[in-house]
Amino acid sequence: MIGTFKGLLTTARWLLKRPVTAHYPEQHLPVQQRYMGFPALLMDDTADEPFCTGCMVCVRECPTQCMSAQMHDNPKFADGTSHRRKIINEFEINLNRCILCGICVDVCSFDAIEMSYEHELASYARTGSRADLTLLLDLGRRYVNMSGWTPANAEKNVAEVALAKRAAAAAAREAPAGDAATEETTEGGE
Amino acid sequence: MVGVTVTTEQAYDTVDMMLNMGPQHPATHGVFRMVLTVDGERVVDVTPHIGYLHRGSEKLAENESYGQVVTLFDRLDYVSNLNNELIFCRAAERLMGIEPPERGQYIRVILAELNRLASHLLFIGTYAIDLGAMTPIMYGFRERERIQNMFESVTGARMMHNFIRIGGVKEDVPPDFVPRVRALLDDVERGVQECDRLLTFNEVFLARTRGVGVIDLPTALSCGLTGPSLRASGLAYDVRKDYPYEVYPYLSYRVPVGENGDCWDRYYMRVLECYESLSMIRQCLDQMEEGPVMAQMRRIARPPKGEVYVHGENPRGDIGVFLVSDGTDKPYRVKVRPPSFCNLVSLRPMMRDAYIADAVAILGSLDIVLGEVDR
Ligand code: SF4
Ligand code: SF4
Repeated sequence: MIGTFKGLLTTARWLLKRPVTAHYPEQHLPVQQRYMGFPALLMDDTADEPFCTGCMVCVRECPTQCMSAQMHDNPKFADGTSHRRKIINEFEINLNRCILCGICVDVCSFDAIEMSYEHELASYARTGSRADLTLLLDLGRRYVNMSGWTPANAEKNVAEVALAKRAAAAAAREAPAGDAATEETTEGGE
Repeated sequence: MVGVTVTTEQAYDTVDMMLNMGPQHPATHGVFRMVLTVDGERVVDVTPHIGYLHRGSEKLAENESYGQVVTLFDRLDYVSNLNNELIFCRAAERLMGIEPPERGQYIRVILAELNRLASHLLFIGTYAIDLGAMTPIMYGFRERERIQNMFESVTGARMMHNFIRIGGVKEDVPPDFVPRVRALLDDVERGVQECDRLLTFNEVFLARTRGVGVIDLPTALSCGLTGPSLRASGLAYDVRKDYPYEVYPYLSYRVPVGENGDCWDRYYMRVLECYESLSMIRQCLDQMEEGPVMAQMRRIARPPKGEVYVHGENPRGDIGVFLVSDGTDKPYRVKVRPPSFCNLVSLRPMMRDAYIADAVAILGSLDIVLGEVDR
């Protein structure tokens, strides 16, 4: 009897407080800064192309083998507007199989892939969650807008910076005297 | 009526009845089947049937690199993921002979203890619901939700974190981690107290659990019972205390021990452990210093040839990992000693001569997780 009253008392105490549950479809809780949603590809705006060079490391390391990628020679490398020799041609992630582990992000050394905040990608078809390059880049853009992401290794991966650095190194090499610019040029691709 | 002659003796012969419970039964917490042999209202025998959730994690692990295996361990005991990650990473580290930096160890212990809290809160809620009390699960889930939110802000995921890595943790905690955890602990402590007040000494709850499913210490030991369920029978066996690992030796805490080994004791051990975990996390926060969180090592883990057995304390008991390496980047063999699976052995001695109505109470008090039982 006493136990029942105690229980009722505890319940009564919460009766007038605000409920802690959010009603999901109408009300969305904000995601945390580090939230890991579906992986998305990022765009290098300085060269107007994706960061991804199609090196396939993430494809090999993904525990569920849900990604596939194809690269080709980068025409912009020939023009000199990009430092990436190879560039991604096709990229597909089967988001139904993705387990959101974040391993692809850890292994990528080109700042090309990030876990976005996207978590609502339900679809009616079985193949409806196969995200291609366009969709992945869209997701990436949304992610950058929401999180203010910047590449961790800009010197190596952002085309503008890398090209400028390369040009400076070349100029230093041509300049006859003195200052030993032994800076290594970093190369995208492969 | 064609000529079937039935003698009175045959017609009134009493036989034990087989009663199937599960696999789709709300009280089995997953897909688990018990075949009960009942004599009237009494349970004579019970045969657990497992394997409905078998995913072959141990075999799968042989085809994954060490880093990827962590994701499989996340999915063993899916309500205490970080504890599982920790045990595998410790096994791999032992093989490679590396020691994670101290801050990394503190972060691991904080997260593991938070996860233990979340797991026990879930237990308190679901156990109450098994016994027919609707309310406590609301309180349990509310507090668990706060902890999950914390995990989300640290690891990026609410359940499958893949955060504890071989050699440390994935990244340092966010800058506001310490004050946030402190606030969280205060909230959770209030929540645990609330559940405790609501349930522990409630007459109905006592009547359903006191003296039900009693298992004495020798039987418990011979069945391989571990964790809070064993401590309820009166032995203070806790891997954190007896075979210290990580930073547990620097923390001071009690190991709660029960007396009767009945369902109530098994429940109450977990409530008491919640308070211990709270104080442990507070101590960790006080002691933690700045520093690196990841040991210096190659990016791809490649342990030398050898084998190792490492065990640790999970919310459900003593989890062990036996790991054999052949020197490549994939384990040669991974064997898990899952506490839930081993605890299930003691189901039969506990259930013998209990009432059918108590079967659910007894099964619930073991707090099994089927992902771990079936692997
Ligand atoms: S690892 Fe990075 S650069 Fe290489 S294919 Fe994957 S996303 Fe592209
Ligand atoms: S998050 Fe994990 S499962 Fe998903 S694509 Fe990346 S590596 Fe594969």
